[in-house]
Amino acid sequence: METAVLYELLRMLISVVLVVAFVFINALIMGYLERKISAHIQRRPGLMEVGPHGILQLVIDGLKLIGKQLIVPKDADRTLFRAAPLLSFAPVVLPLIVIPFSPKLQVRDFDVGLIFILAISSLNVLAILMAGWGSNNKYSLFGAMRSVAQNISYEIPMLLSLLAVILMTNTFSMQGIVQAQGKIWFFLVQPVAFLIYIVASFAETNRAPFDLPEAESELTAGYHTEYSGMGFSLFMLAEYANMFVVCSIATVLFLGGWHGIPLPFGAYSGAIWFFIKAYGLMVFMIWVRWTYPRTRFDQLMNFCWKYMIPFALVNLLVTAVLVKL
Amino acid sequence: MILYQYITEALFFAFILLVFFGGLLAVRTRILMHAVLGLAVSLLGVAGLYFYLGSPFLAMMQILIYVGAVCIMIVFGIMVGYTPSQVQREGITGKNTFLAMLSSILVFLLLLVALSRTIWVPSASRIGDFTLPYLGESLLYQYCLAFELISVVLLAAIVGAIVLARGKKGEHF
Repeated sequence: METAVLYELLRMLISVVLVVAFVFINALIMGYLERKISAHIQRRPGLMEVGPHGILQLVIDGLKLIGKQLIVPKDADRTLFRAAPLLSFAPVVLPLIVIPFSPKLQVRDFDVGLIFILAISSLNVLAILMAGWGSNNKYSLFGAMRSVAQNISYEIPMLLSLLAVILMTNTFSMQGIVQAQGKIWFFLVQPVAFLIYIVASFAETNRAPFDLPEAESELTAGYHTEYSGMGFSLFMLAEYANMFVVCSIATVLFLGGWHGIPLPFGAYSGAIWFFIKAYGLMVFMIWVRWTYPRTRFDQLMNFCWKYMIPFALVNLLVTAVLVKL
Repeated sequence: MILYQYITEALFFAFILLVFFGGLLAVRTRILMHAVLGLAVSLLGVAGLYFYLGSPFLAMMQILIYVGAVCIMIVFGIMVGYTPSQVQREGITGKNTFLAMLSSILVFLLLLVALSRTIWVPSASRIGDFTLPYLGESLLYQYCLAFELISVVLLAAIVGAIVLARGKKGEHF
């Protein structure tokens, strides 16, 4: 018994270290991809200086951010200002615990895995509010207000679209949801829910075309205007990790998780399929960001409340009836 | 076995401390924003206690609803009211001490009544754990009326919010 507990503790420690390391590596990859893809979409070479095709640029950027001074504005609320980046970082690390990368590669399979992710990621909004209010800056405040309004609104169609899938699988366990898709992936059965989820996830991650909280041209950078050095980079890490979490949920619920044609990597092929799907979705998000202009705020809200929520509700109703038949 | 017990005990007291100090921060601080965040910490501690008692679903719902929605709504309300520099200058505190006292005493008495009336069942002899199917069934069978009444309250709140937000006749946007 004692050794079992020790083994479990060791396993938890190792997995937490791996998860945090993954968040950093993910930010490196995504930062590079985003800058490179945006450059190619705009017909310019992008990063070229550091390393072949600028591949080491993000490492240098990371060192620069670590070395920078942390400045707290004079009239800011010191405690909130300092706590906000930390609070925004924690909730995006935790969901990675329940994501099933392959049949075995998962830190912990909760009964309520999906709810766990949704509950924890709602804390992110609190961090944005703290940052926005604590900075004592008009732009930050506006950014935070927009962020909260859009996050809370788009959470509703997102949850409703996920619920439609849950009705079909009868389980909240992430591993269970993947296993239920052995025959057919749910984006074929639930195309409306998939579409609604993808659109809502753009709003949830504050990505273009719904990036109003950090609109550079009007709000400078929204809620993290006043942050420097690691304060800023924690927000960035959180944003990219949040993108990964959102795309993994889409992968798990709609794209069949680790299912796929067997690859010649033995037990690793499940994890490889998972990463291919998740990163494919993330590249899609980058693609959309550099293709479409930003929406106006009233358009954003109207679209959510007048189109997405009714569609999601009807979809849920139809699914419930069909499941019961 | 000993190590396992130590860890669970430590977790229990950590959650208790979270609840206690969060609550203390919520009532003692002079800055309204800090008070709400203290409340959020306290509610997170309560979620931890649910988790400790073996009901992860309730814990998740506690975080999702109380921390993720209620606290954010309160913060949102405060945020548009004051800036940090304003708070430092003026020190906004409660003015209705009597009403605050009255309501807290009433809530305390209510909790006391509830505590004294409950029959505490040791966890070993409890029949069903508070799992998801159990909760769902009891909400839709045993406590169906209460459940529906709460939804009516929510509906009234939503309608009220819409009526308030509409403003006067003729205003359009």
